[in-house]
Amino acid sequence: MGVLLLAEVNNGELALDATAKAVTAAKLIGDVTVLCAGERAAVAGDAAAKIDGVAKVLVAEDASLGHRLAETTAALIVSLADQFDHIVAPATTDAKNVMPRVAALLDVMIISDASGVVDAKTFERPIYAGNAVQTVKTADPKVVMTIRTTGFDAAADGNDAPVETISAAQDPGLSSWVEDTLAQSDRPELTSAGVVVSGGRGVGSEDDFKMIEALADKLGAAVGASRAAVDSGYAPNDWQVGQTGKVVAPELYIAVGISGAIQHLAGMKDSKIIVAINKDEEAPIFQVADFGLVADLFDAVPELTGKL
Amino acid sequence: MKVLVPVKRVIDYNVKVRVKADQSGVDLANVKMSMNPFDEIAVEQAIRLKEAGTADEVVVVSIGVKQSQETLRTAMAMGADRALLVVAADNVETDIEPLAVAKILAKVVEEEQPGIVLCGKQAIDNDMNATGQMLSALLGWSQGTFASELELKDDAAIVSREVDGGLQTIKVSLPSVITVDLRLNEPRYASLPNIMKAKKKPLEEKTAADYGIDPTPRLEVLSTAEPAERAAGIIVGSVDELVSKLKEAGAV
Repeated sequence: MGVLLLAEVNNGELALDATAKAVTAAKLIGDVTVLCAGERAAVAGDAAAKIDGVAKVLVAEDASLGHRLAETTAALIVSLADQFDHIVAPATTDAKNVMPRVAALLDVMIISDASGVVDAKTFERPIYAGNAVQTVKTADPKVVMTIRTTGFDAAADGNDAPVETISAAQDPGLSSWVEDTLAQSDRPELTSAGVVVSGGRGVGSEDDFKMIEALADKLGAAVGASRAAVDSGYAPNDWQVGQTGKVVAPELYIAVGISGAIQHLAGMKDSKIIVAINKDEEAPIFQVADFGLVADLFDAVPELTGKL
Repeated sequence: MKVLVPVKRVIDYNVKVRVKADQSGVDLANVKMSMNPFDEIAVEQAIRLKEAGTADEVVVVSIGVKQSQETLRTAMAMGADRALLVVAADNVETDIEPLAVAKILAKVVEEEQPGIVLCGKQAIDNDMNATGQMLSALLGWSQGTFASELELKDDAAIVSREVDGGLQTIKVSLPSVITVDLRLNEPRYASLPNIMKAKKKPLEEKTAADYGIDPTPRLEVLSTAEPAERAAGIIVGSVDELVSKLKEAGAV
């Protein structure tokens, strides 16, 4: 019956990287139908139709689907569920909000953060902050799943799948949107950036975090942070990399003043090259680093920014 | 208003997790167990609601093995009024799936009629991030996940949520299930007198069967393996050496 894939749509725009990576995983299971839902979703639907391997795109536009509220989005997906064996989404915060609700409404378990597809019923997923990888086989008649996109390459462009418009489910009227406080940035998006520069508690203050940002800008990189840095107010929450923040796997990850708690390593240890700069040579971050520099970051980071 | 807070007994977040050699699971024998850190934040928030006069009773519930009593006592030492343990497994290595937990919680909610359920957003053992959303679905309630701020107003809650792009604020009608994120509050430590007092607080014990729920898992765990190890790296002596190594590797 194929796979229904909930695309990541923000303010009418398709998040192409996350969606195209999830398509790669979904293609391993069956024919992929992409659902673009939102107050405006037609432009996103046209973009999704170009992703290789997409058989069909469904576009649902309705005010009640704006801001990806869980209750209305889940109701829409459940109304389509009869036509699909698998319902999947990239593991964004939106999908983590919606998909367990869908699963419970269908009386099936959720498979969260699948990092590998063994077969249509069997999947790998990290547990304990990535300290173990579990292979699970579901006995449920339907599979509802979020996909950890760092494990998959983005499907290419060049397709021209048919787009069909569908209507929203009835709004249960349980919740409403108030406001978004979203960071505006010209930097690449953290989860799809080729280079990430992250700062930790060692950076010491919000002001000093500008040093991390300067290095990132020199490299055209996204900026990340450890939980400690976010908790201390040095960096906003959407920069947090780790078990409960974002999971990244760039070509180059530079960790500055980050000790390397397992909760942080969970979010970045699949990066291709890891650089650690820390004055404590015992810091666990050095155990996962390809290149470690034991140095005072206040000397090393400006010097590195100058020499790159 | 009554607040219900589900809490889970998990491996302590400071303990190094060891995968068993036969890949049958993670070694939980003689390992320090604690309350799931996100659940501590939920308990703290519930107590603050009571201290502010918004809530009149805080009930904590745990679904798992008998040893979860300790977790419930901890929550009562923090300030919860009473506790309910629903025994759903004998073996400490059995993890009850979020769907089964949500089904049992839905029955508990029917009995207790709380105005709000505060949950941790995820348990740090199975990392599912699902129970709150599933409970909300089963009850037909609203949900406010990943809360970093929570304000109760009349018959609604204003929830500031940590999302990928920053923060989203939504308004949910009560009753509601709220799942809490790291920055909602900093949980208090239980004082010794409160730990002693908690021993006398009521702790009721039931079983999954009492609620007519079968906790048999839907997911069969075929294996639990160590993640791929990273090859050991090198320590460079200077920024210049770092730059040349990065250039050699084609990284910059």
